[in-house]
Amino acid sequence: MRHFSNRYIFIFSAAMVIAVATLLSLAATLLQPAQERNLEIEKKKNMLESINVPATRENTEELYDKYITESFVLNSKGEPVTGVDAFTVVLKNEQKKPLEEQFLPVFRAVPADGEKVIIIPVEGKGLWGPIYGYVSLKSDMNTIYGVNFDHKGETPGLGAEINTTAFESQFYGKKLFDNDSFISVQVIKGGAPNNDIHGVDAISGGTITSKGLQKMIFDCLQKYNGYLLKNRI
Amino acid sequence: MDNHEKEPIFSAKNLKLLTEPFGNNNPITVQVLGICSALAVTVKLKPAIVMALSVTIVTAVSNLVIAAIRQYIPDRIRIIVQLVVIATMVILVDQFLKAFVFDVSKQLSVFVGLIITNCILMGRLEAFAMANKPWPSFLDGIGNGAGYGMILVIVSFFRELLGSGTIYGFPVFEKLGIYHTGYENNGMVILPPMALIFVGLIIWFQRSRNKSLIEK
Repeated sequence: MRHFSNRYIFIFSAAMVIAVATLLSLAATLLQPAQERNLEIEKKKNMLESINVPATRENTEELYDKYITESFVLNSKGEPVTGVDAFTVVLKNEQKKPLEEQFLPVFRAVPADGEKVIIIPVEGKGLWGPIYGYVSLKSDMNTIYGVNFDHKGETPGLGAEINTTAFESQFYGKKLFDNDSFISVQVIKGGAPNNDIHGVDAISGGTITSKGLQKMIFDCLQKYNGYLLKNRI
Repeated sequence: MDNHEKEPIFSAKNLKLLTEPFGNNNPITVQVLGICSALAVTVKLKPAIVMALSVTIVTAVSNLVIAAIRQYIPDRIRIIVQLVVIATMVILVDQFLKAFVFDVSKQLSVFVGLIITNCILMGRLEAFAMANKPWPSFLDGIGNGAGYGMILVIVSFFRELLGSGTIYGFPVFEKLGIYHTGYENNGMVILPPMALIFVGLIIWFQRSRNKSLIEK
């Protein structure tokens, strides 16, 4: 093995780091528009799936414009806040603020069956990282119309099953309120009874993700209570 | 392992670099490297295949780069240099996946980043690329990545079939009507330890066929 002086090693390291940094920042800058566009399409696609409209990457924009009619932001008292675009609100950042200052985004949609639904974004913690999604409610502000969940890095085959249709379709028709008290939806280990209007089956082997999901729905929807109760039928 | 004389691109020796990792020099079953990720990504077939492809690309290109600059790498910081090359490649692959095949990148999530810690990469760079010319190193990278991928695909095929009753997401058992006979998916196969058992079975099978692989 050749002997290298300390000076050579320093120069070599410096040159290597500069070359690598240039390459990576170049790649990141060039690919950023494509990546951001992917994320935007993904967000719209998830929202559409929560109102049971299956979308592909190609027709997402078109379907989004067709079905999502309006969006607005509420504060924790259920009053509308002006000057904020609901689509650009990042839920994770909102959750770090005190409750009174949080922006709560709401989207209105009219799917093909004519039902007037509202879509509420939710975000919480799974086992390995964040889980998030959308819950859509029928116009009675109580019955779940559809849900869409996704996750950053839950275990494939276990916790990751929260984004499968089999799991998500269980939520259809579940109720959030019992008279005027907020119950939310429970994720029940071992399976929920068929007539349970507040419960769905948990994922076997994905207990912590299931619990996290239950907490996410409860915590996020609870903030909308004021608005939901006011507009209930 | 010397390649000093001129030789054709696909000489017998070079071809051997490509094919050996599939059999008697498999990174997982013989060198016992890269076991960690073999446990993590083999629950379903699709992520396993994409993981296999990503690892193959990263191994091949890092091998190529390291072999090309091997005479200029100071011995004392060679491990750091190898890591920098691997990490750069992995980040690039991850960025490209995010920009062009977003769905796949979502499927693999954290595992792409974890390629950096895959022992096969460091193993091949240190053991092969540091001492060989770029072209054989490139082939060695492709061979080892693919040999690793082969095991991943075999293990994930059985784990997905037995654990979820599907192949590449297609519900085979449901279509065959096997569930009517009282059969149930084996939830245990989905758990990470079962991947070790499958890898163990493959190692057992391979060594029973080729006695020379058995360690004394």
